[in-house]
Amino acid sequence: MRALTWHGKHDVRVDTVPDPEIINPRDAILEVTSTAICGSDLHLYDGVIPGMMSGDILGHEFMGRVVETGSKSTLKKGQRVVVPFTISCGACFFCQKQLYSACDNSNPVPNQDVTENLYGHAISALFGYSHLTGGYPGGQAEYVRVPFSDVGPIVIPDGMEDDEVLFLSDILPTGWMAAENADIEEGDTVAVWGCGPVGLFAIQSALAMGASRVIAIDEYPNRLELARTLGADVIDFKQTRVLDALMDMSGGLGPDAVIDAVGMEAHGFGVDTMLDNVKQNIGMGADSAHALREAIMAVRKAGRISIPGVYGGFLDKFPLGALMEKGVQVKTGQTHVQRYLDDLLRRIGDGELDTTFLISHRLPLEEAPKGYKNFRYNQDDWTKVVLKPGTAAN
Amino acid sequence: MQTNPASYLGRNRPEPRYSNDRLFWGAVLGVLAGGLGYAALRTSQGRNSVTDRPPDSAPGRTARRSRFGRYAVVGRTVTIAKPRSEVYAFWRDRSNLASFMQNVRSVEETGGLNHWTIEGPAGTEVYLETRMVEDRPDEMISWQSTDASDIETQGKVLFRDAPGDRGTEMEAIIAYVPPMGTLGRWVAKTFQAEPRMQGRRELKRLKMLMETGEIATSALRNSPS
Repeated sequence: MRALTWHGKHDVRVDTVPDPEIINPRDAILEVTSTAICGSDLHLYDGVIPGMMSGDILGHEFMGRVVETGSKSTLKKGQRVVVPFTISCGACFFCQKQLYSACDNSNPVPNQDVTENLYGHAISALFGYSHLTGGYPGGQAEYVRVPFSDVGPIVIPDGMEDDEVLFLSDILPTGWMAAENADIEEGDTVAVWGCGPVGLFAIQSALAMGASRVIAIDEYPNRLELARTLGADVIDFKQTRVLDALMDMSGGLGPDAVIDAVGMEAHGFGVDTMLDNVKQNIGMGADSAHALREAIMAVRKAGRISIPGVYGGFLDKFPLGALMEKGVQVKTGQTHVQRYLDDLLRRIGDGELDTTFLISHRLPLEEAPKGYKNFRYNQDDWTKVVLKPGTAAN
Repeated sequence: MQTNPASYLGRNRPEPRYSNDRLFWGAVLGVLAGGLGYAALRTSQGRNSVTDRPPDSAPGRTARRSRFGRYAVVGRTVTIAKPRSEVYAFWRDRSNLASFMQNVRSVEETGGLNHWTIEGPAGTEVYLETRMVEDRPDEMISWQSTDASDIETQGKVLFRDAPGDRGTEMEAIIAYVPPMGTLGRWVAKTFQAEPRMQGRRELKRLKMLMETGEIATSALRNSPS
């Protein structure tokens, strides 16, 4: 089959690789019909996530048609399904508490050693996202093997288009959980750093949960315009002092809740960003976290911080004093996707949530490298790229 | 606390050659951080020193010393979301053990003895013969190696109800006499160099098998094509 494979920093290619097979009883094989490039794939593209190997198949936002099932799979051939990017067994302590992204059993045992040593506990598996999270081949391919297919995938009813439901795989529930983690109350002002796909869905979700005002922070006019269309006020951090603006726009109180939808490759003007970038580039395992530091400074006393942005390593110059002395609450983590699927599918069907407004480009799988390059370097115009493995290249 | 650990560790080392600036600055930072950390440690431990320590609640194998008489001890506890009787029964059936123990090729039971065939160094086989010392259903199984074994070892597994309906807490403890020679080096590699790793890997596989019915793999295919 053809698949998008990683070969190093800024080097992704569409290669011919072996087709996947059923290995375990609960597996299924999908023929991928739509798959998106995620903002977090850019962390892999930029080479800042450790544990990648040349030839790894990327992609964790995908859906497709079931073509093969293991003896214990509950799926049926021909069904259209969206697959959560988190791989979860459904049976362990965490899955039973619906903390699916903390699953104990999905990350293959030898792959658990690194994060057990690095983080104190082994983390669960994700599709196509380094060997730290299992080394599972991803969905930017013609076919994909889906383990625990009786727990993860959601069957899509006829009549719903791929593009409407594809983002159930990651960014829609991730934006939703980001807003849920901000514990939004009526009357809240919520500030969101980053108007990429997760930030945009977090804005939409925060408004749906009753926030009276959402303030979106980014630098790209097109992305800020998308946020404005959803009903947010916007701050362009290249022309405005963010902390001053947020204080004024929230009546001198500070935002009640803040959401960091940027993650480990934040950029900004600060000295902190320069130092972060130096350390990131020489491989000292440091994250760049300008957005997070600013969010902690901005949030009101006893406010809430939600961090859907991805971090992998260590951080210094962390305003721990501000966090403690202001009595701030922090919630973060990979998304417990399976917990939200039924509810969000219904909301899409009822027209409560718009899921297609952010798609800027649709490309055949063969043009995936072009998609990565533009999603990385033309962020203003390329807000979201969906790959269609079934279509021919131009 | 009398010896500066930085100078002690560095005493017999050749002068390092820095292949590039990154390594050099990393080393400089490391030395600085180490020096500061050591100074801070001296300061904080200079007061409040304790000479006599009563035993604490932690398992013996987590002690900072690594030997107990002739024995080295490894062990680990895992919670399995299944009833105690089920976990016990799975472990009690020796034929199940090879399904999650990576180096174990087979376990057979004859005449009250268990015969283990274990994958050894460079394609060799290590033979282990154990006899059951104690078998308390749903609670504990313990064993000891016989003189016919290549390795001198004893061990036990304990089964307890986990709190809050979380299933079963299973604790495995293995003590062994580190042997000499080639076999010794292999045992060291298998158990000692990664003291907690091998044991915890086996228990994770057991947990996966019991909770999900399979052992997770990220392979694309069953066999290389």
